[in-house]
Amino acid sequence: MPLQVKRLLLAFAVFIGIMLGLKYFLTPDSWREYGPYRGKALIEIADKVPKYVDMETCIMCHDSIGELKIQGLHKSIQCEICHGPGYLHVDEPEINKMKLPAGSEFCIQCHARNAARPDKIIKQVDAAEHSEGENCISCHNPHEPWL
Amino acid sequence: MDKFETLYEALANLDGFIYPNEIALNWDLLIVMYPYITGLVAGAFILASLNRVFDIKALRPTYEISLLTALAFMLVATMPLISHLGQPFRFYEMLITPHLTSAMAIFGFVYLWYLMVVLLLEIWFDYRYDMVIWSGEKKGFMRFVYRALTLWVLDTSPESRKTDEKIGYFITVVGIPSAFLLHGYVGFIFGSIKANPWWSTVMMPVIFLFSAMVSGIALVMFIYMAVNYLRRQKTDIFCLDTIAKYLFYILIIDFTLESLDQIHRIYEADESFDILKLLVRGKLFFTFFIMQIGIGTIIPLSVLGFLQFKKPRERIRKILYLIVSICVLVGIFYMRWNVVIGGQLFSKSFYGFTSYKVDLIGGIDVWLSVLWFVIPFFILAFLLWLLPPWKKAEELPHE
Repeated sequence: MPLQVKRLLLAFAVFIGIMLGLKYFLTPDSWREYGPYRGKALIEIADKVPKYVDMETCIMCHDSIGELKIQGLHKSIQCEICHGPGYLHVDEPEINKMKLPAGSEFCIQCHARNAARPDKIIKQVDAAEHSEGENCISCHNPHEPWL
Repeated sequence: MDKFETLYEALANLDGFIYPNEIALNWDLLIVMYPYITGLVAGAFILASLNRVFDIKALRPTYEISLLTALAFMLVATMPLISHLGQPFRFYEMLITPHLTSAMAIFGFVYLWYLMVVLLLEIWFDYRYDMVIWSGEKKGFMRFVYRALTLWVLDTSPESRKTDEKIGYFITVVGIPSAFLLHGYVGFIFGSIKANPWWSTVMMPVIFLFSAMVSGIALVMFIYMAVNYLRRQKTDIFCLDTIAKYLFYILIIDFTLESLDQIHRIYEADESFDILKLLVRGKLFFTFFIMQIGIGTIIPLSVLGFLQFKKPRERIRKILYLIVSICVLVGIFYMRWNVVIGGQLFSKSFYGFTSYKVDLIGGIDVWLSVLWFVIPFFILAFLLWLLPPWKKAEELPHE
């Protein structure tokens, strides 16, 4: 066998040895605990603080709005869809205010006429014609929108 | 959704209906750079193989430059992925835990095979004799460096050179399917995602492969001219003509394959076709028709085609080759863009679109992408300094 091939095989053996050593020492403990991933990743993901706290949490304080909302057509829409995530607000409501949607532009994201949208489920209007520039909430209460 | 604090912000980026997990693009500019850079590696290597295996002597001046270019880009090929993962403290886990259960996790095997077994070995056998000679000429630290690089094999006999030559040839032969494997594999990652009609086609690995060859050859053509300009040396116009000829041929195959793919989609016109038509005519209009097809394909094809029949003066040809190589490099970048970004812009409901804007100010992905594209040029400059092709010894006469 030529000398350079012998040396290369030796170099490869050293390299493979280093790689195996690295693999042995650096592979995370929980690797392959359940499959080809870190088992601890599941705990890390589960430990993340949820940003959305759910409507039931909102109703604990805002009960009058909750009562109104569950009677209306927006009953299946979570509060945080319009007001943003509430995890900070729950801890310190005075400091971390919830967002208030700005004007009609917000409403027409869902309610503007769009042929791709199912008309039976989401009421749709031609915004310019329907409100003539008036803000939607002048006539409709978003917590209990009537038709 | 991390990019958007509220649904209101997110909705402003959307058209029609889209599922919540499709609003923000998971794969950004860095994932565009990944197939782009690996493509440059595979393409540059295949150009080197043309010289070695198919014995195209006109390409000889670019042989070492192609190999070193492939190595320089290969060394950073993982970096866009690693920086996109955003886990700087455990990025290495990706490389030490390869497994066979997913296409992406096979990357560790493909990368190590190509880098260690093909590229480094081929360069080593090509340069071993020269490194021994250089180690004799240098003194001090550099002498040690060259000796270490030869693994202290200081044999310069004609027999040892013949052995280098034979093994180097064998590695190049193995290297061609390996280069095909490397970039075919990158195409496979996209082509095998059956839920995405823009990606899911068996043509994808082949298209990726040919576009890789196109971009790699254009890159070597550009670097060859740039290196000669910086060294104030005359560029071998016959070599450039030959590279341009192969670039022309492979560009034709690449364009044909991509056109075939699109014609197939258009004729088949399955349920996803309407949304893809809107995608291509709308959000991808500039990047697809203008950049990829116009700048990246039609202009280079026309210029190279013209030069196959009519040869203007040498100086004009050089300028045209320079422009063509840049056009091709830009065009292939946009090809990757159209695949990676385009495939994420439409909803799998086929009823809506999201949008993607590159944050030029404050967006880290742009700066990292630029960084990973620029660094290989510095690595190449270092490699050309360490292993200068122009100082290599004469080749052994072929028997």
